Amino acid sequence: MPLISIRDLVVEYDGRRILDGLNLDIEHGETMVLLGGSGSGKSTLLRQILALEQPQAGSVSVKGIDITRCSRSELKRVRRSIGVAFQSAALFNSLSVEDNVALTLREHTKLAPSIIELVVWMKLAVVGLAEFGKLQPQELSGGMKKRAAVARALALGPEILVLDEPSAGLDPIVAAELDELILLLKEAFQMTVIVVTHELPSAFRIADRIAMLYKGRFSSVGTKDEIRASQNPRVRQFLDRVPGDMTKASGVAAYFEKYLKTQEAHG
Amino acid sequence: MATVLENVGTKTIDHLDYVGSLNVQLWATLLAMRTALPFVGNRYRWQASVRQMLQIGVDALPMVALMAICSGFILAMQGASELRRFGAMHYVIELVAVGFTRELGPLLTAIAVCGRSGSSFAAEIGTMKVTEELDSLRVMAFEPVEFVLAPKFLAALVSVPCLSIVSNVCGILAGGLFMFFSTRLAPLIYFRYVLESIQLRDVITGLIKSVAFATIIAQVGCLEGFRVRGGPDSVGRSTTSAVVKSTFLVIVADAVFTAIFYFTVKS
Repeated sequence: MPLISIRDLVVEYDGRRILDGLNLDIEHGETMVLLGGSGSGKSTLLRQILALEQPQAGSVSVKGIDITRCSRSELKRVRRSIGVAFQSAALFNSLSVEDNVALTLREHTKLAPSIIELVVWMKLAVVGLAEFGKLQPQELSGGMKKRAAVARALALGPEILVLDEPSAGLDPIVAAELDELILLLKEAFQMTVIVVTHELPSAFRIADRIAMLYKGRFSSVGTKDEIRASQNPRVRQFLDRVPGDMTKASGVAAYFEKYLKTQEAHG
Repeated sequence: MATVLENVGTKTIDHLDYVGSLNVQLWATLLAMRTALPFVGNRYRWQASVRQMLQIGVDALPMVALMAICSGFILAMQGASELRRFGAMHYVIELVAVGFTRELGPLLTAIAVCGRSGSSFAAEIGTMKVTEELDSLRVMAFEPVEFVLAPKFLAALVSVPCLSIVSNVCGILAGGLFMFFSTRLAPLIYFRYVLESIQLRDVITGLIKSVAFATIIAQVGCLEGFRVRGGPDSVGRSTTSAVVKSTFLVIVADAVFTAIFYFTVKS
């Protein structure tokens, strides 16, 4: 049985279809990268996997529990097995970095404070922030915030780690460091990792499988090699960075052509 | 004509939806309140409640006291300017004492807390929403109502009546000062008159009002925060809206309570 199973998932906002009958299985221990352009529905799919929104139709099952229809207590149980690092890191600004990491341990476990302190230090050490625990989130750089968010996501030792745009807005070196961290975590903790991104180098570095979203549908799902070899025009367009038809549709290209011709005519 | 009716209908439905949302949120808060209580609840929620009490109550003390002193002077001076003509200066004492305990103390306090804390609730929760902190709480298996709202609500329920009492005392003291400087009335005699004027029911009705005002301020402020959609600009709008709506609802509630007490509690 797959760890996460998405069936016929439909999501609409104000009558606009964002996800259009998606089906996807994510197996234990694999790293699934959800790839796609802006507005393709990646983040919406992620919110469905985290049960942050209700779909119009279809189901999302995590560990065999349909989280679109389960009780609150079941949902809480499922959520404790998922660690999430949001795109904006979403650290609590009123708490120090170590308190952010300690939060779930204090609230969801009966561990002694000294043990919690040790676990927090270990989680921060894993992401290379052991010396920065006392700082407030606003004192951290963008990359450090993302790593702190990963440390917080790891706090309860989750089975599933979800990362939303982990390398967005980071310089290539920090982004590469985060990719290495994801690979390290997967190897060390045997976690199932779901990463939402539109960064191709990052996706091909960390993925076991890639699901490519286009206008609310999977245009292709497969291993890295399968995606690289795919002849699907949408996949090729994305991988080969071919510009879309935005300029033609809006008449911008025609306008510039006419403008250039006029300029040429005037010498 | 049809457009006018349509607009009126839409506005009415919007307002009813708002009141409905307030009631649903209040019910959810009451269910979650246990966690914020000392001894029986969650230690961290209670600590958060105490921090909120300091922010809503202690930090607002100078402002509330100053407002009450100024209003006490104004009420006494305005009353005296008319009552002096009839040789009924002693009624100024009754006017200030009863006016403050029944009406002005709770109302002035509520308006001050609307501006200070209602807006801060909306801004804080709205920012948490924009920065995905609320989503982060949900995926960490926390209930935002329990985590964010319950401590604020409990703190408001404790702080606003306490501030109202301070406001009553300051307003009455200001009346005493005015009487001393304008008529050389000895302070002890003034306070004897004050105690004769005020009945227990005046104090109780004032406190009942202040509990209702606290409920309005906390619920409206938090609801406005939870309803934030979009970016940081909507946080600003929700803050303004929280102050405007809670001030309006406080005055409406005051009128309703005053009418109820007028027709049901006989002197």
